[in-house]
Amino acid sequence: MQLERRPQVPLHLVVIAPLAAVFAALLLAAGLIAAAGVNPLTAYGEMLNGALGSRLSITEMLTRATPLILTGLAAAVAFRARLWNIGGEGQFFVGALITAGIGHAIGVPGWLGIPLLMLAGMAAGALLLAGPAFLRLRFGVDEVVTTLLLNFIVILFVGLMIEGPMRDPLAFGWPSSVPVDGDFRLPELVPRTRLHIGFLFAIAAAGAVWLVLARTVFGSETRAAGLNAEAAAFAGISLPRTIMGVALLSGALAGLAGSVEVMGVTAGVTTTMSPGFGYAGIVVAMLAALHPAGVVAAAIFVATVFVGADAMSRATGVPSFIADVIVALCLLTMIVALLFTTYRVRR
Amino acid sequence: MTDAIDLLLNTSLWAAVLRIATPLIFGVLGALLCERSGVLNLGIEGIMTMGAMSGWLAVYMGAPLLVGLLIAALCGALMGLLHAALTVPLGLSQHVSGLGITLFASALAYYLYRLLVEVGNLPPTIEAFQPIDIPILSDIPILGPVLFSQALPTYLALLAVAVIAYVLARTPLGLAIRMTGENPHAVEAQGLNPIRIRIGAVVAGSALMAVGGAFLTTAAFNSFFPGMVQGRGWICIALVVFASWRPGKALIGALLFAFFDAYQLRLQTAIDGVPYQLFLMAPYVLSIAALILVARRAEVPAALMAPYRRGER
Amino acid sequence: MTKVLELDRITKRFGALTANDDVTLTLDQGEILALLGENGAGKTTLMNILFGHYAADEGSVRVFGKQLPPGKPRAAIEAGVGMVHQHFTLAGNLTVLDNIMLGSEPLTRPKSARAEARAKLLNIADRFGLPVEPDAKISTLSVGERQRVEILKALYRDARVLILDEPTAVLARPEAMRLFETLRDMTGEGLSLIFISHKLHEVMAASDRVAVLRAGRMVAERETSKTSPGELAELMVGRKVERPVREKHQIGAPILIADKVRLEDNGEARLDDVTFTVHAGEILGIVGVSGNGQASLGALLSGLAHPTSGRVTLAGQEAGQLGPRGMIRAGAGRVPEDRHAEGVVGELCLWENAVLERLRTPEYSRKGFVRQRAARDHTADLIERFDIRGATPDTRTRLLSGGNMQKLILGRVLSNNPRFVLANQPTRGLDEGAIAAVHAKLLAARADGAAILLISEELEEAVALSDRIQAIVKGRLSAPISADDADPQRLGLMMAGVWEEDEHAA
Repeated sequence: MQLERRPQVPLHLVVIAPLAAVFAALLLAAGLIAAAGVNPLTAYGEMLNGALGSRLSITEMLTRATPLILTGLAAAVAFRARLWNIGGEGQFFVGALITAGIGHAIGVPGWLGIPLLMLAGMAAGALLLAGPAFLRLRFGVDEVVTTLLLNFIVILFVGLMIEGPMRDPLAFGWPSSVPVDGDFRLPELVPRTRLHIGFLFAIAAAGAVWLVLARTVFGSETRAAGLNAEAAAFAGISLPRTIMGVALLSGALAGLAGSVEVMGVTAGVTTTMSPGFGYAGIVVAMLAALHPAGVVAAAIFVATVFVGADAMSRATGVPSFIADVIVALCLLTMIVALLFTTYRVRR
Repeated sequence: MTDAIDLLLNTSLWAAVLRIATPLIFGVLGALLCERSGVLNLGIEGIMTMGAMSGWLAVYMGAPLLVGLLIAALCGALMGLLHAALTVPLGLSQHVSGLGITLFASALAYYLYRLLVEVGNLPPTIEAFQPIDIPILSDIPILGPVLFSQALPTYLALLAVAVIAYVLARTPLGLAIRMTGENPHAVEAQGLNPIRIRIGAVVAGSALMAVGGAFLTTAAFNSFFPGMVQGRGWICIALVVFASWRPGKALIGALLFAFFDAYQLRLQTAIDGVPYQLFLMAPYVLSIAALILVARRAEVPAALMAPYRRGER
Repeated sequence: MTKVLELDRITKRFGALTANDDVTLTLDQGEILALLGENGAGKTTLMNILFGHYAADEGSVRVFGKQLPPGKPRAAIEAGVGMVHQHFTLAGNLTVLDNIMLGSEPLTRPKSARAEARAKLLNIADRFGLPVEPDAKISTLSVGERQRVEILKALYRDARVLILDEPTAVLARPEAMRLFETLRDMTGEGLSLIFISHKLHEVMAASDRVAVLRAGRMVAERETSKTSPGELAELMVGRKVERPVREKHQIGAPILIADKVRLEDNGEARLDDVTFTVHAGEILGIVGVSGNGQASLGALLSGLAHPTSGRVTLAGQEAGQLGPRGMIRAGAGRVPEDRHAEGVVGELCLWENAVLERLRTPEYSRKGFVRQRAARDHTADLIERFDIRGATPDTRTRLLSGGNMQKLILGRVLSNNPRFVLANQPTRGLDEGAIAAVHAKLLAARADGAAILLISEELEEAVALSDRIQAIVKGRLSAPISADDADPQRLGLMMAGVWEEDEHAA
């Protein structure tokens, strides 16, 4: 069995790839569901129902998808330039933390405060990734490990802050940070649900990222640098500047995710407010084959799995970790599917 | 301040160093073996989690402790086989595949644990490895309790360092592995199969990683809970670079690191007024510092992360 | 005469390309056979099939009468076939002994027998006159020494048939001659040899028989003593491809001046005391064996490397510290050495590659946005003017053939009317038709008044295109000589570093 490069990547395969990947992942996970003594079809039915079965559940799902779109964009932008940003989780949290911190203290009108806090969140996320990016450019230190280790450091720092200087005296039981001011809560998109306008900001961000990548000089240079760094350098593209630019953009997107989540959903910061948004963002990006438009679709899919799994777990007794299994499998099946869009099997 | 220094003179600190180092030693050796053959295995965090869960579960279900370690090694090997299958013959991105394996192996471990184990108010426990006092040697003052009163897996870890070092440096198999990590085309040109060698190294390395994870649940602690690996896998990846991909240096790195970890734990109770999180951050900060320190001088295996495609030059 | 090797009706396809088409080849005991053909003729593919790197789609390989299982280098090695690859299969971080021992012992053996291996190696090295230091790290060896290790690798495994792929590509003429003497001695020791080459004079000098491949087919076999370079050239190419002829004309003012340039990399001098001048309407050829500083010279003039000391001026402007974009703005055009690695980003489409180095000019961008229409129009223009076949502006660049890719690169350079052009190995890996096209474009640019610096490892090309020639040896340049005075003898000496001290470039 040999792998042979396809001369052209057929368009229909590019669309089929994520669908095939998802199908394969669901098939494999079905085995695990069966091991729990539950009919997989029943389980998946409950999952779909739990996420999409009612107006409320759909809004819940979209609320969950909002940060995923942004962390997905963060990963997609970075991975395109071969900057392995695995620190989305940490960048999410610093964005959330700075938003809650400043948002609690300042007293400006809402229309000014909200964008300001978003910018603060983006700045925090950008700066956090700038560190590992700098270490890579200056010292050749692999950013995979540094961004990962930073995640742990940041979570500990968040714990430190919300048990100390940013502690909410009114929170009983579980420690939480001071909440962001009421004026800065994002208005709801659908009344009496948790879905907030942050969802629209996320979609807008996806559009903006597409525009940057496809139409700007920076986008072209980023793509060139990610595909063939040597040729990009020969053409005069400054690799350090491009990589740092990508790092700032990627970190900002993940930081924005945290900021939006605080202003739209949680109001305060806790150490458990992220069920792995940063890591799931990587899966979202891969399922989208690093395309901004695909990120929205993929984020909605992943959110459906997570929200649906809780309902499924309550209805059937299958541990809700199955959601994490499915999402992880999607990552693996997707890279295999992508392989078959570029290569074909030859005897 | 004197408390801080007094701690250094306490033998229980040094005994703890070896104990804390054990999972790191297995992890670093496993990662080193994979990388020496040219494959970066970022699945280590998930593989250690899977090892921790499966080793513990086997013992919980009645197997003897050593069999538990074996089961863990087997599960690690299987995960390693998956990673190898994706990255070696298929040549997929080692970064993405590794991350996928970590996510998958962790999720699978938590899922199976939740499925197969009744968890009440407290997680169930098992009879863990107890320290073995080696006759005569363990009576030596200071050195005795530190070096010769450790649990069995710790001795296995030290043995593993010696074995891996010997194999890599002195045997034809070791030469083949090293060469595969430097230039797989050279390996093929000498009639060997670099794909098989890489797969073998990754499977063996992953088995070692899993045993490191199992140590956490069968010796260090005696129960399993989500998140217990705590980033040790990533720290091992950093330590491999720090160790210049050499087993002897890897041992030193693991011990050094474990020392700081053990020391930091004790400092927390000794020093007041400093938030404990700062102490807990120390291991991760140290790892990053270690990476920066050695970055320029790193003698990376030349073919690390380069997928090997036959005929494609 | 016993037939040592029989390749029978070998066919190999890669997708739509047939690399070897029904090729039959034999080798006799003690014979030196040259496998001749232009770039892309299928010579390396054929030898890779013999050695087992590839499996043929059809046909068989027999060594000493026994059929070889396809696709297994181990089988070939055990049958007595050894290969000296064009791109050495050595691991730089390991020692000579490590590289040679690899694969010679079963993997299950608990201890490597290094002492015995060392003794055997030194014995063989002595017997064949190829001295080596077993404990030296490969990365510290010169190219010639590394080749020796490649050869010893094969001899260590008791090779009776030795394949050498373009063995003199990296050697200076005296070293090449020494190598061929060694090869001749080997036949005395019972070996039979095949060497791949595209250099006619070598084939004539060193082989007993010649087999000519063209476009994947075996077109002819000749006894070397009974043929001539002219006949071989025509057999290789199949038609009289006329390479364009350089016409004499007046050269203009100095455009690019390098004065005592020294370039250091990690403390090592890659270029030393380099001085040259390229005038408008002139082609200055820099010849040399690969690995003598050409890459550094190319990097210097591309804007990727800067002089540690000394000056470079372009059209009167200080150019030493300029980056690639600065050089382009100052009037430079650059054709890189490796079109795949440096020249284009394969996954991007043609128009993106066509304007990549000029993205930040008002012509192709406005307020940070790319002016896609201008870029596409420009590319369509290039496709027409430079005869780029099989492509539209939106075609993925890696689908282009080598020749068409090079035409794209030339097009994007020349369409900007550069005052200075760096042409670094512009025809490497191209077939005759593409070579002629590239030469025509370079000569046309010269006629238009561009100052061109040609770096080439092909002497014929350098002599045909250049007005003046300088040789580069170990980072230093010889004095320039006129192309009229450049005979193979003189050039060979220059490339070996033999030039009188006061002949040094003024």
